[in-house]
Amino acid sequence: MTTALPAVRTRPRRRVRTPLWLLLPAAVVLGTLFVYPMWQLGLLSVLDFRQAQVSGGQPTRFVGLANYTQLLGDAQFWSVLGATVFFAAACVLATLAVGAALAVLLTRISKVPRLLLSLAAMAAWAVPAVSGSTVWMFLFDTDLGLVNQTLGVTGLNWMYDRYTAFALVGAVVVWHSFPFVMITLYAGIEAIPRSVLEAAAIDGASAWRTFWRIMVPVLRPLLAIVVIQSIIWDFKVFTQIYVMTRGGGIAGQNLTLNVWAYQQAFAAGEYGLGAAIGVVMMVILLVVTLLYLRTLRRSGEPL
Amino acid sequence: MRGTRRLLDALAILLAVGTVFPIYWMVLAAVKPAGEIQSLQQRPWTLAPSWDSFHRVLAVDSFGRYFLNSLLVALVVVVLSGLCAFLGAVALTRFRFRMRTTVLVLFLIAQMVPIEALTIPLFFLVRDLGTQVPGVGLNTLGSLMLVHTAFTLPFAIWMLRGFVAAIPEELDEAAQLDGAGRFTVLWRILFPLVAPGLAATSVFSFITAWNDFLFARTFIISATDRQTLPMALLVFFKPDENDWGAIMAASTLMTVPVLIFFLLVRRRLVAGLGGAVKD
Repeated sequence: MTTALPAVRTRPRRRVRTPLWLLLPAAVVLGTLFVYPMWQLGLLSVLDFRQAQVSGGQPTRFVGLANYTQLLGDAQFWSVLGATVFFAAACVLATLAVGAALAVLLTRISKVPRLLLSLAAMAAWAVPAVSGSTVWMFLFDTDLGLVNQTLGVTGLNWMYDRYTAFALVGAVVVWHSFPFVMITLYAGIEAIPRSVLEAAAIDGASAWRTFWRIMVPVLRPLLAIVVIQSIIWDFKVFTQIYVMTRGGGIAGQNLTLNVWAYQQAFAAGEYGLGAAIGVVMMVILLVVTLLYLRTLRRSGEPL
Repeated sequence: MRGTRRLLDALAILLAVGTVFPIYWMVLAAVKPAGEIQSLQQRPWTLAPSWDSFHRVLAVDSFGRYFLNSLLVALVVVVLSGLCAFLGAVALTRFRFRMRTTVLVLFLIAQMVPIEALTIPLFFLVRDLGTQVPGVGLNTLGSLMLVHTAFTLPFAIWMLRGFVAAIPEELDEAAQLDGAGRFTVLWRILFPLVAPGLAATSVFSFITAWNDFLFARTFIISATDRQTLPMALLVFFKPDENDWGAIMAASTLMTVPVLIFFLLVRRRLVAGLGGAVKD
């Protein structure tokens, strides 16, 4: 990581020539389909832009922050925001707990079980979000689902209640995302010198203590990356919620910001309002990203 | 000590079985005859496997077509994104230009952008593009190829950077001394050496494009023959009675290619990921 840097610093050749021709393809693609839409998103959020304006029936009007004031005054916004934060937090915690526990477990088992567990995790990781969602829906189906039949309950629809629905979607999200945490942390633990862990074992440290006192401090930069990455993923879960709760659940009880923005725009035709929700989401994640960058810099990672 | 290890081994195997169980259940349901699917006593095995569900999905609902659409989109994304990322990664590792760090940070931030939030402006962009350039407007596979190339690019560049940096610069220098041009160095020296890294990067690009549900749902509005797998799958959800056999068969069709792909490049993937994360 750091070894290559000093050597490069002493050789500042080719400093002046910017390799524009190499960066051009990426710049064109990202400029048109990334930067420009971001600007457009901001622009839409300060316009009165509904179905009527899309079809050209009414002129587009600049309304300043009207969309935002409408949003902040809307009780549903706060409810959805709260649900999004709570859902993301629960998913992140569960993913990290499961991923870290299994990463430690991987270091303490024999070869064959280790291979089996990592293959199983890889498989879960690879399953597309849509098909993962459909399988879990089938498993938890009211009449034909294995879970209800095994539990012996009849007529329980997991999607009717707001919290069981969120819990089920969360379970799918964790099932999809713990492998990333597990494999990344396992690679990190494996990179810790054996002697350190052996010394801890000789001193009689328990697995719990070894984890918190040795692995966590050593792996701090890696953990930071995994945590932030998980926050970003889980904050913007779309497919699982959309598919499993049929677009946000009964009366929108399972909406998160992401799905809500989509529904406002494409179902209700409130494109301006949807864009404003998108901007709010973007700002929240930008703050998280900046925190991430600061953590990286603090831990001395070179860019 | 030995006992503890046995116990942990057993626990790990149990967890592994639990983790793959949904996948097993999906494939099992796909080959169960209709009667067993409708049963109020689901069995974790079947004695009469049948291809009925697959037949229904492939023949009646032309899932083969959607499969090919998905595959086409994903492959084009892999090639375009890989190409742009390779050039970009070379620029960012082999040259020390002003703003280099800025560009790098921008790529990092780009990875964090919730692309889902960009659905609304992208919808209008694609709609307007379609009137200018044929083949990339709404209801075209081209629109999906374009947006996924853009979305996979920042991560691909970030990941490839590590692979390019691992190639000694002396190699390019030696080639240049021997009279090789910039283009030759790029394609004859760097490209073959970065190929393993490109393979790992491709998996991520492929999966992103293959799994996409949101943009397929947004851009492909009325052209049913241009749908991709995730959207087509929802057809089997009916308000009154879900056709679980068909849903599971379609899900299996969608999962198996990625699963095989993923397990094949497993080692390389972990190495690449480690590189991207640590770097």
